[in-house]
Amino acid sequence: MVQIDDLSRIIDEHPFAHGMDDTLRALIVGCAANERYDAGQYILREGGRADKFFLIRAGAVALEIASPSGAIMVETLSDGDLLGWSWLSDPPVWTFDARATQLTRVISFDANCLRRKMDADPALGYEVLRRFLPIMAHRIHAARIQMLDLYGPGPRR
Amino acid sequence: MKMDVQDSMVPVPFRIEKVRRELSDTFTMELKPEAGGAFRFQAGQFNMLYVFGVGEVPISISGDPGESGVLVHTTRAVGAVTRAMGQLEVGETIGVRGPFGKPWPVEQAFGSDLVIVAGGVGLAPLRPAIYQALANRDKFGKLVVLYGARTADDILFRKELERWRGRFDVEVKVTVDRATDRWAGNVGVVTNLVARGGFDPMHTTALVCGPEIMMRFAAQALVKRGVSPASVYVSMERNMKCGVGFCGHCQWGPHFVCRNGPVFTWEEASPLLAVREL
Repeated sequence: MVQIDDLSRIIDEHPFAHGMDDTLRALIVGCAANERYDAGQYILREGGRADKFFLIRAGAVALEIASPSGAIMVETLSDGDLLGWSWLSDPPVWTFDARATQLTRVISFDANCLRRKMDADPALGYEVLRRFLPIMAHRIHAARIQMLDLYGPGPRR
Repeated sequence: MKMDVQDSMVPVPFRIEKVRRELSDTFTMELKPEAGGAFRFQAGQFNMLYVFGVGEVPISISGDPGESGVLVHTTRAVGAVTRAMGQLEVGETIGVRGPFGKPWPVEQAFGSDLVIVAGGVGLAPLRPAIYQALANRDKFGKLVVLYGARTADDILFRKELERWRGRFDVEVKVTVDRATDRWAGNVGVVTNLVARGGFDPMHTTALVCGPEIMMRFAAQALVKRGVSPASVYVSMERNMKCGVGFCGHCQWGPHFVCRNGPVFTWEEASPLLAVREL
């Protein structure tokens, strides 16, 4: 059983929480839990209610979208990455499947718990969003580059 | 074989010794001078390859600079000349002018970490630098190879990448833009690997080659991690014709890419890349 102090230390080691004020970290730790997923196990499914987000401690996760010819992987995430921001949108619904491709250990956060604390404490709300936004911007930027099909046929010669 | 300026415009006949299909549209040729002798070059340089009766194109050398007995070119068939080149068979002759251009600064990087970032067929011009780095492995800190391809079926030099990854002194990370669940590796853009690569940005030399947009984003990611723009090198591609800066076809701002490049520092390249339609 992981104690709150251990959880706090584990969260502090993740890039998402680097430099976070102790008071604010203590608030988010109260919504956190330690989880593990075996290779092949789904962490979340498209269309499901987005009531969590995850900090990946170790392992690898594939973001997939189902198609008639099978799952298409759109991105992989690994140690130090953050998984899941749909809990911030309305309605909070997952837009992809996330599958552990190897044994994966994460810290999960109860979105309802965190949302309540963010509503009650705007400083916490601002801090959490301030940490999510650059990650979201980076992912959107990366997705746009992927869409460009950069490695397709180049100049004719 | 070293050419002087006078005969740099005259193609030298080389015999095709081997042809290897790398990918559905990409092939590697091993060439030897018909007159015999060696061919010396530096990693990052290119040759003008002449398919007789069809035309001439600039192609980077993809072989080992430490191996002067054979000239190796890896080419993607995308136009009339390169498609005709892909039809040539062992025993046929091809014209070679070169080597031309400024090389990758592999020796200047001695003492620092060396990060190679390649996209698609851009791994071919970087392979000589990787060979040179491996031959001088003890002179570098970390050696990191980051490679992005379209799909798992489009990974160039796959066996070599696997072999390099199997060494204990090279970090090799591969990512693809699209994959099915049969692929167990990374999916996403190669710039994501830059953020994860284990190197010391303050003491890193980075060599980047691939489509121009990919190089732009990869160089930006390296600089964002703290690598100096003067230590990030990109290999530019423009309409090279003469190879020696006479004809002006490859003029790029104040530079002729064939003579002042194709390798430029990001410090030199980034202001020019910001100029539209240059």
